[in-house]
Amino acid sequence: MLKNFADYLVFTLIGLAPGSRSGDALNFFIYDTIKIFLLLTTIIFVVAIIRTSFPPEKTKRLLSRKREYVGNVLAALLGIVTPFCSCSAVPLFIGFVESGVPLGVTFSFLISSPMVNEVALIMLWGLFGWKIALIYIGTGLLVAILAGIVIGKLKMEKYVQDYVWEMQVGNADIVQLTFREKLDYARQYTRDLLKKIWPYVVVGVGLGAFIHGFVPQDFLADWAGRDNPFAVPVAVALGVPLYSNAAGVIPIVHALMEKGMAIGTVLAFMMAVTALSLPEAIILKNVLKNRLLLVFFGTVACAIVFVGYLFNAIL
Amino acid sequence: MKIEILGTGCAKCKTLYENTKKALEESGKSAELVKVEDIPSIMKYGVMSTPALVINGQVKFSGKVASPAEIAGILS
Repeated sequence: MLKNFADYLVFTLIGLAPGSRSGDALNFFIYDTIKIFLLLTTIIFVVAIIRTSFPPEKTKRLLSRKREYVGNVLAALLGIVTPFCSCSAVPLFIGFVESGVPLGVTFSFLISSPMVNEVALIMLWGLFGWKIALIYIGTGLLVAILAGIVIGKLKMEKYVQDYVWEMQVGNADIVQLTFREKLDYARQYTRDLLKKIWPYVVVGVGLGAFIHGFVPQDFLADWAGRDNPFAVPVAVALGVPLYSNAAGVIPIVHALMEKGMAIGTVLAFMMAVTALSLPEAIILKNVLKNRLLLVFFGTVACAIVFVGYLFNAIL
Repeated sequence: MKIEILGTGCAKCKTLYENTKKALEESGKSAELVKVEDIPSIMKYGVMSTPALVINGQVKFSGKVASPAEIAGILS
């Protein structure tokens, strides 16, 4: 139905010829923007309601004194539903380790939470389809679980800033919201998030549409195809500075995949965009000594590169 | 009454501070309004997501920016 509307608007009302470059690009742009904003609005709202039942204080209680493995898996899963913003990373980290959440389990949470986020998932689902979105969730969780286990095994507690262990942490009551308050929260959350990301979505889809219409087919096959072994690490390195712009990056990557970028490379790039961020590293420097910070970044980067090669090999 | 806004200085924390100030002005209530930005003081309240609003030592909410109207509701 949406497709018919976009066709009617571009080919009948505006009068561009189907199959022409500008016609295709505009059609693509209108169809994708409407579809993505419909998905974003409904799903962000639903996710926000679910999240009101998982405040970080509750997650902390669920995870404290959990063993590794079970703890890592649970932490990665809770990372999906617990609201997280990198500006709260420091109090969250201290709250976790102070209440006895093992360090590796804390990292599983810190990795999964920004990576498996609803905006990235919606964009992937809307543009790439549900299969790729599910693969992204699955491999994202796997990266978070494995990297957390590795960090736990390395026994790096002494590379947490010393003051963290001496901190007195109070016990905040978990505020129970009424259903009405949950709805209000979700509405406000959806509005704020959309307000923040809509320019990125429009620009991203716009650039994607341009690439779709004007860049020759197989343009990237040589550079970013599966036969180039450097494509995955280079994509991960490029993803780091693009932090938190999943909304703008995914439509562009979608168009690039049509032009020959391999699927593993696409996944690795997206994971690097969401999971590895310089601002978050700077914030985490308040609680981590350099060596642990480097191990954290290095482990996650290696796991992501591995995922990239894996999917280039099997898909 | 003492109102504290807990937050490490992010944009959301500033908005919550401004909204609280507005709520106080509009409701004509007087209170001591302070920003708390150092981590140990924030952790003392057990708050894990910022910004948070504390009235007389009690955490009213955390992890969201409430509107002036909402804050006025909590104040009264």
